[in-house]
Amino acid sequence: MGIELTINGEKHSLDVPEDMPLLWAIRDHLHLTGTKFGCGMAQCGACTVHLDGNAIRSCVTPVGTVKGQNITTIEGLQSQVAKAVQTSWDEGAVVQCGYCQSGQIMSAVALLENNANPSDKDIDDFMAGNICRCSTYVRIRAAIKDAAAKIA
Amino acid sequence: MTMLNNHISRRAFIRKTTHGGAGLTLALTLPSVAGASESGPGKTVGNAAADEFSPNAFVRVSPDNTVTIISKHIEMGQGTYTGLATLLTEELDADWSQVKVEGSEADPKRYNNLLWGPFQGTGGSTAMANSFMQMREAGAKARAMLVAAAASLWKVPAGEITVESGVLHHKSSSSKISFGDIAELAAAQVVPEKVTLKTPEAFKLIGQPVVRKDTGKTSGKAIFTQDIQFPGMLTALIAHPPKAGGRVQSVDASAAKSVPGVVEVLTIDAGVAVLANDFWSAKKGRDALKISWDNSQAFSKSSSDILKSYKSQLEQPGTSVVNNGDFDAEYAQSDVRFDAIYEFPFLAHAAMEPMNCVIQRRPDGVEMWYGAQLQTGDQMQVAGLFGIQPEQVKINMLFAGGSFGRRANAHSDYVLEAAQIAKAYTKAVPIKLVWSREDDTRGWYYRPMYVHQLSASLDDEGYPKAWRHRIVGQSIISGTAFAGMMQNGIDPTSVEGASNLPYHVANLKVDLHTVKDGVPVLWWRSVGSTHNAYSTETFIDELAKAAGKDPVAYREHLLKEHPRHLGVMKLAAEKAGWGTPLPKGRFRGIAVHESFNSYVAQVAEIEEAGNNQYRIRKITCAVDCGLAINPDIIKAQMEGGIGYGLSPALMSEITLQDGEVQQSNFHNYRVLRINQMPDIDVHIVKSAEPPTGVGEPGTPVVAPAVANALFAATGKMPRKLPFDGLIV
Repeated sequence: MGIELTINGEKHSLDVPEDMPLLWAIRDHLHLTGTKFGCGMAQCGACTVHLDGNAIRSCVTPVGTVKGQNITTIEGLQSQVAKAVQTSWDEGAVVQCGYCQSGQIMSAVALLENNANPSDKDIDDFMAGNICRCSTYVRIRAAIKDAAAKIA
Repeated sequence: MTMLNNHISRRAFIRKTTHGGAGLTLALTLPSVAGASESGPGKTVGNAAADEFSPNAFVRVSPDNTVTIISKHIEMGQGTYTGLATLLTEELDADWSQVKVEGSEADPKRYNNLLWGPFQGTGGSTAMANSFMQMREAGAKARAMLVAAAASLWKVPAGEITVESGVLHHKSSSSKISFGDIAELAAAQVVPEKVTLKTPEAFKLIGQPVVRKDTGKTSGKAIFTQDIQFPGMLTALIAHPPKAGGRVQSVDASAAKSVPGVVEVLTIDAGVAVLANDFWSAKKGRDALKISWDNSQAFSKSSSDILKSYKSQLEQPGTSVVNNGDFDAEYAQSDVRFDAIYEFPFLAHAAMEPMNCVIQRRPDGVEMWYGAQLQTGDQMQVAGLFGIQPEQVKINMLFAGGSFGRRANAHSDYVLEAAQIAKAYTKAVPIKLVWSREDDTRGWYYRPMYVHQLSASLDDEGYPKAWRHRIVGQSIISGTAFAGMMQNGIDPTSVEGASNLPYHVANLKVDLHTVKDGVPVLWWRSVGSTHNAYSTETFIDELAKAAGKDPVAYREHLLKEHPRHLGVMKLAAEKAGWGTPLPKGRFRGIAVHESFNSYVAQVAEIEEAGNNQYRIRKITCAVDCGLAINPDIIKAQMEGGIGYGLSPALMSEITLQDGEVQQSNFHNYRVLRINQMPDIDVHIVKSAEPPTGVGEPGTPVVAPAVANALFAATGKMPRKLPFDGLIV
């Protein structure tokens, strides 16, 4: 009997142990590699995905705890907010190495889905769990504001 | 840079440069640039298909009108793919939208770094500097062949043909044809010996904002090493010895082997490797290993011991680096003396993508896929392990999720670990070595720990008359393939930024104690400048205060011979409103520093945040990197360099206890987060000088600028990094 997961609207049955973090089920077993491994202990946010619309760190979420729930990865982003965020990211030339950016975008989309007009402090508070070692932070702030303006 | 280096030996394949200041600026080897790497007419190189136009090693034009530009340098966020493509596209007159970039194969002949000799690699902020003419010539030669093809097709003089946005035109006959449509005919043309390059006034792309070419990074589609998947591939994790120099004494792998998904456990030189069907199984298997370590040869000191030992060495003169005038006599007879000791810890690079490497044994050698930054060195190391030739090591260069120096390791540490596993495993399947964050944080090759002492006396006007800079720390290049850069026993990367102090001081002495400790060390974004810019730029502020002078005016007086330092300092000061009143509770500090032939000045503005703490509001930055190829990427690199340089100022340090690293992950090796990132305002000096790098020079300036602002606020200069607790 496999573990039933719904990823990006598709149902999957995976033969993996219940304690396997969602991150590794997504990456190693479903081969969706946009979600990144950065720390393995919810310190950096590179592994951020959406669980029923909320941002979670997939590296510390056992697959056994999310059976049957709706999980969205960077590959499954479709909402108007998500498209606005990705467009603002591209237009603002946010990205440098890019490794953390899937997680940054997933967090930013979750922020804007719940708070369409975040203040600087709202952005800093919500995004503080996502590390970027290239320090693209000033452009992340600007891109979130730009995306907020696009969806307003 | 005239030294030629045709001999490659395993221990010393790089010769020193005539320029002592920059860490990785090495000997130029090829007498001409693009010429040496050209194939004959009609021949294809690299991965070109038969119907493609492939005039040289750097560009291909396909019948579908795609222009593929080949990057010999790794893209790790610094914008190299975009920069190199800008240079070639500028001369080719292709349309930017038809251009894509791919990483080159590893080849020290065609794809060598022209500043490093017959050696392919990326570092020292050299990518644009060494490629500026090479990529432009490659583009211009390809353009000339496309024009020649159209001229023969239309039977008109080549001189009457114009090229714009990837289309060739002949005005009077109203003929036009796309690059793709003429590609096959162009391939039959003779490669021109010489081409005339555009004059700067004719540039259309250089100096303009362009869309970056390292795409797929906002959709999750970009492929990093971590993302490589092959059928039958195994994931490997290694249990590393906790101390540098430790070895496996014995291992009980029975529990590990019973973990579902674990396929094999191998004892290798680097430790004990667990091979499994996925990461999680490998991790569980590794956790189940019972290993006894032999620490008889291991480095077992603590950071406190090292600090004590370094400080004791300050009492004795080191190896002389600079000795102008007579420091000792001047200092001895002076009534007013200044003396300061600085402490810098080990630093991990902590790239977002932990180190990793995919490898597969082949009947004719080995093939690897990873963020390769020192291809030629890695080829030699891996070839040495397998007893094969370097060219039998095929490298597929992928995007790196950051590096900051970590992937440019002459010891090829993580690459060799992957190779050791592939060699030890009986089956020639693809293997992905993955480091956990803990492996990465504890994986050595740190920015060395340093202790500095600065001593000075002032003249009657308050300017330094005698200045001595004593530096104690490990050498990065000693004993490595880069040891050829050593000059009279001096590692230039230990003293860069100190030995070339820009301030005029008649009696200047710089000396160095090179410590031989067993902690593996490596360059860390901006290398020696990470510590030398800090000590010199904060010390000069302390002297200015003692002299009762404004820090900008004080520096200006001492920088008369250094117009580019002056240029950036004045620009940053002007843009930051230096000298204008600030609201109560706000303070400014400035620093200026040259590294890798680029000049950067920054003004930090801080404000009181209560409890004797401060918040950084803004960094105003001016940069002179010669001709600005991609202004927006230059800005991005300054922003990123500033953020990277703030972490060691504010919170990052690696410490050792009895030889073991005390930090393990981002909870205790803390790095800058978005809520601590100040606003940044970057200004680029207009310049026609040859382009120089921007990946590193933004980093070393910010810590002293912030420290000088704290000094202005509190009257106390932080002399130990990180100055944890002062900044919120």
